[in-house]
Amino acid sequence: MSAHDPVATFEQACDAGKLAYQQCAHCERVQAYPRTHCAHCHRAALRWKTSAGRGTLVSHTTVHRAASPAFQQRAPYVLALVDVDEGFRLMMNIEPVRPLAIGEVVEIGFANDAEGRARLRGSVR
Amino acid sequence: MRRALVSGVGQSAVGKLPDSTCMGLHQQVAAEAIDDAGLAWDDIDGVLCAYSFTEPHMMLSSVFCELAGLQPTYTAALQVGGASACIMAITAAALVESGQCRHVLCVTGDNRLTGMAPGQAAATLAGFGHPVFEQPYGSTIPASYALVATRYMHEYGLTSEQLAAIATTARAHAALHPLAHRRTPITIADVLGSAMIATPLHLLDCCPVSDGAAAVVISDGAASRDLPHPAVTIAGSGQGHTHEHVFAAPSLTDFGCKRAASLALSRAGLTVADIDVAEIYDSFTITLAVELESMGFFERGEAGQAAARGDLTFGGRLPCNTHGGLLSFGHSGAAGGMFHLVEAVRQLRGEGGDRQVAGARTAFVHGDGGVLSAHASIVLAT
Repeated sequence: MSAHDPVATFEQACDAGKLAYQQCAHCERVQAYPRTHCAHCHRAALRWKTSAGRGTLVSHTTVHRAASPAFQQRAPYVLALVDVDEGFRLMMNIEPVRPLAIGEVVEIGFANDAEGRARLRGSVR
Repeated sequence: MRRALVSGVGQSAVGKLPDSTCMGLHQQVAAEAIDDAGLAWDDIDGVLCAYSFTEPHMMLSSVFCELAGLQPTYTAALQVGGASACIMAITAAALVESGQCRHVLCVTGDNRLTGMAPGQAAATLAGFGHPVFEQPYGSTIPASYALVATRYMHEYGLTSEQLAAIATTARAHAALHPLAHRRTPITIADVLGSAMIATPLHLLDCCPVSDGAAAVVISDGAASRDLPHPAVTIAGSGQGHTHEHVFAAPSLTDFGCKRAASLALSRAGLTVADIDVAEIYDSFTITLAVELESMGFFERGEAGQAAARGDLTFGGRLPCNTHGGLLSFGHSGAAGGMFHLVEAVRQLRGEGGDRQVAGARTAFVHGDGGVLSAHASIVLAT
């Protein structure tokens, strides 16, 4: 990915332990995920910010049948959608320590995947 | 204004077709649809194809035309996932209504069950997930729909038993169709006892992977005065598109189907109460429940109960997926959506046989691509 790819910038921030997101300097709306242009006013005026890393559980599923041998080794695993407090939604894995409840608080951290890349990891109290 | 008709339909057997090839299936159903319309190959001046996993060419419609010996004056391959078949028909209707074509062949097919290694179709489908924001977390298509199901159950009280009733209804319908992939009757207990794929969706909440193909011919009504069958007109159509990836969906309970259905019905001058038979995309049991409620055929939280009451079968309030749907008739990629369209035409012609909805004059057809991402609705009438 090129240095100008906003998704690459997001991934680099993850590697540095930061949850990066974009806000438009023109319309002030927050992006659901990084882009080159604002999805609301379509201007190239997006600025990077860092989330406090806390959100609310929107939905979750426990995956028993994965689509690849690598993920099947990890099954069952929890896939979740989390509304981050700053106003955007992300998918992540949550360690299944107990039954989850929609609406509960999720703390968002990071865990390295098999390739050593930092990925989002949610946890509940 | 010129009126677009569905003049011909064709479909192959569905399921394990080990002797098939993707393009051979295309040619088989194209020939059947053209013959069904009472046309000759030379009458076809427009050709639309979709996509195939086993024949992943970037110019599938050109490949098909070359194989079939066609030199049309309009061709394109459209790729909108499970909405492809409906969008092909909508595009074909626009081509004949604008006078650019007289007879447009819309042909779909895939042999993704026997033409790929076991599990490869599901792995390819998982590639629809976002490469950075979804796939690294082990997202799959069933898991993405499961996220919708979990949220939907939370908001509207939908239960696994009610979802299972959608699966058993589809299976009962497929048992009446000689070409269906899965015809052995199943019970609610069978669904709930089948392997868990992604909570709350069991194996029997999910459609199978099937080999198969289907085609329709969309014709200019003025050029089709001598049709061998009762004319089935495209009375209205509409689309709604809100996202591609489930994490970017603006809502997990309301989707583009609402807008698509509203546009199609209003353009046809009808309401949901006027629809005699519905053929609605049902890749998973939750897909059909969400769509029926989002589009207004049932109140929120009612579709599952409706299925359990028998409202979705013959004699019920809205006979739905009379061929067995994707859940039991089968799912062959873009052809999966085309099976719904073919069945709607057969119902309106009165060719449903054991599964005929008595007196059906209006049909509603709906396709959904991605994770409830791309939606297209068509209202057909006789």
